[in-house]
Amino acid sequence: MTEMVYGSVPVTRGEPVLPRWWRTIDKWTLASVLILFGIGIFLGLAASPPLAAKNGFAAFHYVERQAIFGGMALTVMLLTSMMSPSLVRRLGVLGFICAFIALALLPVLGTDFGKGATRWYSLGFASVQPSEFLKPGFVIIAAWLMAASQEINGPPGKTMSFFLTVVICMFLAMQPDFGQACLVLFGWGVMYFVAGAPFMLLAVMAGFVIVAGVVAYNSSEHFARRIDGFMSADVDPTTQMGYATDAIREGGLFGVGLGEGQVKWWLPDAHTDFIIAVAAEEYGLVLVVIIIALFALITLRSLVRLVRERDLFIRLAGTGLACMFGVQAFVNMGVAARILPAKGMTLPFVSYGGSSLIAGGIALGMLLAFTRERPQGALGDHFRRAGHFSTHPVHNRG
Amino acid sequence: MIRTPLRPLARILSAREQGENPDRIERDNIRARHDDMQGKARQRAEGRLLVLSVLFLAAFSAVGLRMGSISVSAPQEPRSGGGGDNILAQRADITDRNGHILATNIATYALYAHPQQMIDPVGAAARLVEIFPELDHEQILRQFTGERKFVWVRQKLSPEQRQAVHDIGEPGLLFGPREMRLYPNGALAAHVMGGASFGREGVNSAEVIGVAGVEQVFDETLRDPANNGEPLVLSLDMTVQAVAEEVLDGGMQLMSAKGAASVLMDIHTGEVISVVSLPDFDPNERPRPLTEGDQSDSPLFNRAVQGVYELGSTYKLFALAQAMDEGLINANTMIDTQGPMQWGRFKIRDFHDYGPQLTATDVLVKSSNIGTARVALMFGGERQRAFLASMGLTEPSPLEIVEASGSQPLLPPNWSELSTMTISYGHGISASPMHLAAAYAAMVNGGTRVTPTLLRQDSAQTGPRVISEQTSRIAVDMLRQVVTRGTASFGDVEGYEVGGKTGSADKPRPNGGYYDDKVISTFASVFPASDPQYVLIVTLDEPSIEGLGEMRRTAGWTAVPVAAEMTRRIAPLLGLRPQIETPALTAVTLSSN
Repeated sequence: MTEMVYGSVPVTRGEPVLPRWWRTIDKWTLASVLILFGIGIFLGLAASPPLAAKNGFAAFHYVERQAIFGGMALTVMLLTSMMSPSLVRRLGVLGFICAFIALALLPVLGTDFGKGATRWYSLGFASVQPSEFLKPGFVIIAAWLMAASQEINGPPGKTMSFFLTVVICMFLAMQPDFGQACLVLFGWGVMYFVAGAPFMLLAVMAGFVIVAGVVAYNSSEHFARRIDGFMSADVDPTTQMGYATDAIREGGLFGVGLGEGQVKWWLPDAHTDFIIAVAAEEYGLVLVVIIIALFALITLRSLVRLVRERDLFIRLAGTGLACMFGVQAFVNMGVAARILPAKGMTLPFVSYGGSSLIAGGIALGMLLAFTRERPQGALGDHFRRAGHFSTHPVHNRG
Repeated sequence: MIRTPLRPLARILSAREQGENPDRIERDNIRARHDDMQGKARQRAEGRLLVLSVLFLAAFSAVGLRMGSISVSAPQEPRSGGGGDNILAQRADITDRNGHILATNIATYALYAHPQQMIDPVGAAARLVEIFPELDHEQILRQFTGERKFVWVRQKLSPEQRQAVHDIGEPGLLFGPREMRLYPNGALAAHVMGGASFGREGVNSAEVIGVAGVEQVFDETLRDPANNGEPLVLSLDMTVQAVAEEVLDGGMQLMSAKGAASVLMDIHTGEVISVVSLPDFDPNERPRPLTEGDQSDSPLFNRAVQGVYELGSTYKLFALAQAMDEGLINANTMIDTQGPMQWGRFKIRDFHDYGPQLTATDVLVKSSNIGTARVALMFGGERQRAFLASMGLTEPSPLEIVEASGSQPLLPPNWSELSTMTISYGHGISASPMHLAAAYAAMVNGGTRVTPTLLRQDSAQTGPRVISEQTSRIAVDMLRQVVTRGTASFGDVEGYEVGGKTGSADKPRPNGGYYDDKVISTFASVFPASDPQYVLIVTLDEPSIEGLGEMRRTAGWTAVPVAAEMTRRIAPLLGLRPQIETPALTAVTLSSN
């Protein structure tokens, strides 16, 4: 209320952008992301030459591309993290609309690169996977809708966001890309959970997931084989899982040494889905623990910072972004460690892949923007608790 | 929940009195309610965010711990290259009564391929076809160069073949250890052994399962680890079996028969000492069943057990023994043998005309159909059936080989008086040589039923009584007379007092009636007559030999000499001492010192 004092120097809220950014940004998360990206490049040096050799490129072709895309991703991340939450929201919604249109047009204009799933637009020098860009935008719009629904006389945002989720999942399933569909569904579920889903509904949904799993197991041979392979104690040494397990075992605590690993020659997805196996084989458990710790640090710090957040939209959007990031890392590493059944999912920032890198940069930039320190209006609580609201309306809206 | 009213009347009225806008009070209250709601939501979200944080912490910890546990675990050899010592000696051996091995196992290797790991699939396929000429080059090449990840190439390898495959030097060709069933004696007792083949096959081992004979009947026992590899001891005597096969094979060729069978049985224990069916096969390379034609022409067909034949006059003993046992006749009762005997439209004839009457003994000795038929009419069909059933002649043989269940004797659908008469001399009823052996054993062992068995026994069977001991003794005596002065005069073996009964039955045509020139000739013998120990059945299928200027098919000319030769060679092997008439010892004084 100091600005109301007559004659005082009008204080502009406009503190210079960079100092304010540096003061309020979560430096631990930022540092973790940078380290992860560095590890990604580092592992790419080991994991991608076999693929480059197979496709007839120079040995470090994929490392160079990773560095270029990574630079772009980091730039996007830093720029996004400097935005205000409302600007992030506006741009996020616009981005979502663009990505959604792109996703919807995939069956017409997309290519499958001979992999049996139409997920990409080919731009000649690079390919774009719209579903990667859709995810952060989706989190923003879903969080916006849910937050709006909690305003008095607000729109039925939870229902609307749910139908949006279903539509997106159907488009993803059409490609088919069940991994991304599950991820989107998971992101929505987490936001709905934090937004106050009734426990009864959660229990019913859990039951529904179990029933759906049983039905899928009994009706789909492909699915059943994966689950059986996961459940059996012995791992067939000629499957991807077998190679990954062997690689982790070979690596031991300190690894077999730089460039000495073998798994990258056997696994077609060594540079993407099973990059953690390459890390485990060449650098041992030490690097694996560091990578896990970095992902845990980013996810947990973001969640803990969001606990104090009073703005509903920021809280929900931040939760969605952090959890999707965390669960993607968990699934990727859990598959290699045979905690989860085989499911292709990239390790954010570490795996090779332009779209996933840049989209990850956008998502983490948003997360950084949302977790910046800002006044939370905690003072208002005291006024309200003291019962002043009836006579002294409080204007501070946080 | 008590909701604060948005427009509390008291405050509205007082505001109005002071000239303030009452709408402001409402707006304030709406805001307060909103803030309250958001505050509650935030508190709830705080808790749920913490729950999420804990879940993520647990998930990442789990990944870390799991990675740690994998990385400190000892590397395992991939399964495909493993040793697999535990699969050896899983199936127990089979031995004869003296412990000689009839079936055992040897270690060998199966050859399989991982085409995706091959360096030179085309070259490897070509080299493999050189080593194993029976492989189809086209097919192997297609399998090696296609999408397949795993190809079986061969189930068994000899050490030389294995070395040759090693020498190809192809890392995609791999060996799986195997235990393989071996019958070291080749075709010896082939129909008893049956054979074995691989069941479920894995890379490191394969089940060996019995597919026929004792291997199938005792499959579970042989594979049961609880038996500690204890061998299965059969009642067979390997040496006797070999001799029986040799003699029978020679006899079969001499008599131009298309098949032959013999059964040698201990009459007290029911042990089958030897059982032969010719032609036979090598169980190491068990032939495929015939896909067309008569299965009984296949070497796999066990004539001694599966083959149910009309065994002819050998059945006459049963009719006479039953009549004597029931006190209807004795050995010297005169039986009317005036022929031909007319029964409705049916005439019963004898091979020769034996005159108006014969003693009961001579009915058997001369093998009179008419005499036997008249004896059978004394007790009738019902008792005849019960008597034959008491010796096991009306149900499948209980022998412990899987083929025995197919040996259901053929009985007349309607046991009429005519049936009673024909059955008395072995027509209109069929049974296997194994059935006949068990029935004869019961006739001559003192009169108790014998159940044939292929397992070594320690003591005599005590089956239910079929005929009295006295009748049994007379029966042996009558059988002995058949050899000394009757139809089986070629059957005498010096020193072993063979007794027996011949049987020559015309073979039935597949579509009714009987062949004129095809017989099943059988000789059922017992020796030594003074103290019966063994029953020997010899059956020849379609024998013929020229004797005294004409074609002979009757058992006396065919089966009997073969049986005699067999007895001559087998009896010493069985430990029987020949009864040679020696000078009276009274004239000799042994100086013992």
